[in-house]
Amino acid sequence: MNNRDVTKSRPGAPVPSGGQGETPMIGAMSNDPPEPPARTLGEAEGAASRRRADLIFRWLATGSGIAVVLSIALIGIFLLIQSVPSLAANKASFLFSAEFLTTDPANLRFGIRDLLAVTVLSSAFALLLAMPVALGIALFLTHYAPAGLRRPLAYVIDVLAAVPSIVYGLWGFLVLGPALVPFAEWLNQSLSWFPLFATGNVSIAGGGTIFTAGIVLAIMILPIITALTRDAFRQTPARHIEGALALGATRWEMIRTTVLPFGRSAYVGASMLGLGRALGETVAVLIILRTSASASGFSLFDGGYTFASKIASAASEFSQPLPTGAYIAAGLVLFVLTFVVNAIGRAIAGEKVRG
Amino acid sequence: MAKRIDIKDVDIYYGKFHAVEGVTVSVPPKNVTAFIGPSGCGKSTVLRTLNRMHEVIPGARVEGQVLLDGEDIYGTNVDPVQVRRTIGMVFQQPNPFPTMSIRDNVVAGLKLAGTRDKKKLDEVAERALRGANLWTEVKDRLNKPGSGLSGGQQQRLCIARAIAVQPDVLLMDEPCSALDPISTLAIEDLIGQLKQDYTIVIVTHNMQQAARVSDQTAFFNLAGVGQPGRLIECNDTEKIFSNPEEKATEDYISGRFG
Amino acid sequence: MTTTDSLVDRPATSPAFQPISGGRKTKNLFATVLVTLAFLLALVPLGWLLVTVVVNGFEAITTSTWWSHSLKGVMPDEVNGGVYHAIYGSVIQSLICAIIAVPVGIFTAIYLVEYGRGKLAKTVTFMVDILSGVPSIVAALFIFALWITAFGFPKSALAVSFALVLLMLPVVVRSTEEMLRLVPDQLREASYALGVPKWKTIVRVVLPTAMSGMVTGVMLAIARVMGETAPVLVLVGYSRSINFDAFDGNMASLPLLIMNELMNPEAAGQLRVWGAALTLILLVMLFNLVAALVSRFSAVRSK
Repeated sequence: MNNRDVTKSRPGAPVPSGGQGETPMIGAMSNDPPEPPARTLGEAEGAASRRRADLIFRWLATGSGIAVVLSIALIGIFLLIQSVPSLAANKASFLFSAEFLTTDPANLRFGIRDLLAVTVLSSAFALLLAMPVALGIALFLTHYAPAGLRRPLAYVIDVLAAVPSIVYGLWGFLVLGPALVPFAEWLNQSLSWFPLFATGNVSIAGGGTIFTAGIVLAIMILPIITALTRDAFRQTPARHIEGALALGATRWEMIRTTVLPFGRSAYVGASMLGLGRALGETVAVLIILRTSASASGFSLFDGGYTFASKIASAASEFSQPLPTGAYIAAGLVLFVLTFVVNAIGRAIAGEKVRG
Repeated sequence: MAKRIDIKDVDIYYGKFHAVEGVTVSVPPKNVTAFIGPSGCGKSTVLRTLNRMHEVIPGARVEGQVLLDGEDIYGTNVDPVQVRRTIGMVFQQPNPFPTMSIRDNVVAGLKLAGTRDKKKLDEVAERALRGANLWTEVKDRLNKPGSGLSGGQQQRLCIARAIAVQPDVLLMDEPCSALDPISTLAIEDLIGQLKQDYTIVIVTHNMQQAARVSDQTAFFNLAGVGQPGRLIECNDTEKIFSNPEEKATEDYISGRFG
Repeated sequence: MTTTDSLVDRPATSPAFQPISGGRKTKNLFATVLVTLAFLLALVPLGWLLVTVVVNGFEAITTSTWWSHSLKGVMPDEVNGGVYHAIYGSVIQSLICAIIAVPVGIFTAIYLVEYGRGKLAKTVTFMVDILSGVPSIVAALFIFALWITAFGFPKSALAVSFALVLLMLPVVVRSTEEMLRLVPDQLREASYALGVPKWKTIVRVVLPTAMSGMVTGVMLAIARVMGETAPVLVLVGYSRSINFDAFDGNMASLPLLIMNELMNPEAAGQLRVWGAALTLILLVMLFNLVAALVSRFSAVRSK
């Protein structure tokens, strides 16, 4: 293994006796009186303080872990406590009303029907767009791109994740939305019999529709789905891959028989996490979506508010407890929604996804 | 400084699994004792109980006594940290600290215990490196990282690190199994020198190595699949290899085993 | 292999290699094309967005006052002033957040890797996962409900930092945990065998070994929270001039400045919006770059 060891190991020394003959260095060491006196185990000096230090450290670590658990619990509890009075004072159906009138604390009328509709529609549309593309990118980055380029190309996709959401919002509102108008109008005109493409409650010409928001959301959740799926695909055992290739499988057949089955649960789980992101995205949606006077008709060409954008839009006016509580109630629903989606995503993905 | 170790009727459990049963061995001071036996017979496990390193593994538990010059290392007010300071250990894989230089690796034990005196640390580093037969090879690059050394050098660095805290006993868990034959020879050489000052217990799967380096050999074996490992025979190395008392020992030594 | 012009010219013996059926070849080609297209498709918005921001924002960030002035006293239609007050706000809010989130995050990761067993550890892991999925607006609302409604404190940059802590914490825990798990157990054992207590082993052996990866993770986490908009919308008022006091008063930040200038119909407002967006991206990239440099240059020295 190493030449230096050859020169070092005194070839002359008889092997079986283990070179017991000459021990100059060790001899020097034992002549030199070792300064700590013979120690006994019982009177371990400083053992008590050492044990205390160990204990303190242990509790700092455990306490931090508990703080994380508590913070989640506190989020739920505080949102619940502060929304209950408003819910009690609510004169409309919280679940089924499309109104959100909070200007008069004595006559609160708010419901989440439209918020839920817009939130789910935009996120589901985003997910539908992002999932196949993310799968393709993950496969490209693990099995198609030239080996030397995989890391830099993966980094390019990660840059998508580093762009702040407000910049996506700006771009979607000022650039992408207007650019998509002809396509959106064409979809609307030729497919308006299909409910999702029916004429919505805002003008398509401005671009401030769920259609635009969904596409921007899809771009925003693309990197997270890609990154987690890619990591899972990369863990496909080499022996499976080699086994498939040795049977004469083409690259695609190898992927279909080994990589996809291995990474499927991670892919689905990662997509759920992406959905969670889309559901909670605030500012991009806030900037892009037009407000609308009429209720949602479950069309991609609707405008309106999601939970998050509704709360953010009113944030500067949070002052009186009851109206604020209405928004906190909406926030609680969003919290529960993302909690459930994330928990399901983690459960599906299992141990393969950590991110 | 070297002390004797008496293992008295030690049983080791991992959770509910009874790993080792009823081991009694005496290790005289300034003497090399080798633990040999087939894989899974518990020889490394027994070694780890000698400085309470098994406590790192969750669920591991020991019954019986391990006496260091008559004092039980499992006594009620004995701190495992103190035990490990007194009974050093060298592992199967060389494991120098990657963030530390060669010199800092050697004096890591002292430094972490709070010794700051640079002159003294330098002295100790040199003494320990000389003790590990590594000084001449590394004296010009003491501030380079230890991970840049060859495998054999790294292992001797780990031995230097272990003897720098001046332990009474040195435990070695298959110290050569990751090394090439020439590095192995260097380590075996070193063991021969170290026993002038230390009590050494070495686990090895290599019977020739046990024959070369040890004064006394303990043979461990499994009673059967799922059964705890036990000590079959412990005797002078010469006797074990020429005229063992137990048939199982003879079968193992002569290669007629399993 | 020899190329043949027609079937007749083929040797009578069967070919040395079994041919692959055309269908399989086509499928394989089709998959290759689709997968490559998917990647190229993702590059379109990325390139488009970056080019847009750079082109539109370049003029603003190259004005002489951009990096050194605030918007104090600048008229909405006046091309003048700068965003240093907002840069300060973004940076200080992220740093205060990091001061809280980094130690708690590191200790949580230490708990998970070095101490955690059984139910509590599982719960903590699960909750870290959940926390990483909490929308920023929910974190902001929670801090509003706790700090401003329940405790009665005024809106401030500090409140923003608290909300950011919730968003940064899981990122720090994840990256630190991953790095700590990469530290081989052999190093811990070597340290224990030298008689070093557990806490000192963690502080002096495990953490230094994992350090560069941890620093990289923290930098990325800071970059991520810096662009968060929802907390600043809910928890602090906007100011057109500089405010150094994170504990009191309104404070600008780049996202908040963008949101305000979006309502400015003048051309100068557009200019500032894109300029601030470019500035924000540059700031985020700076932290990403630092992260990349740290991981490259302070990685465990092996030679």
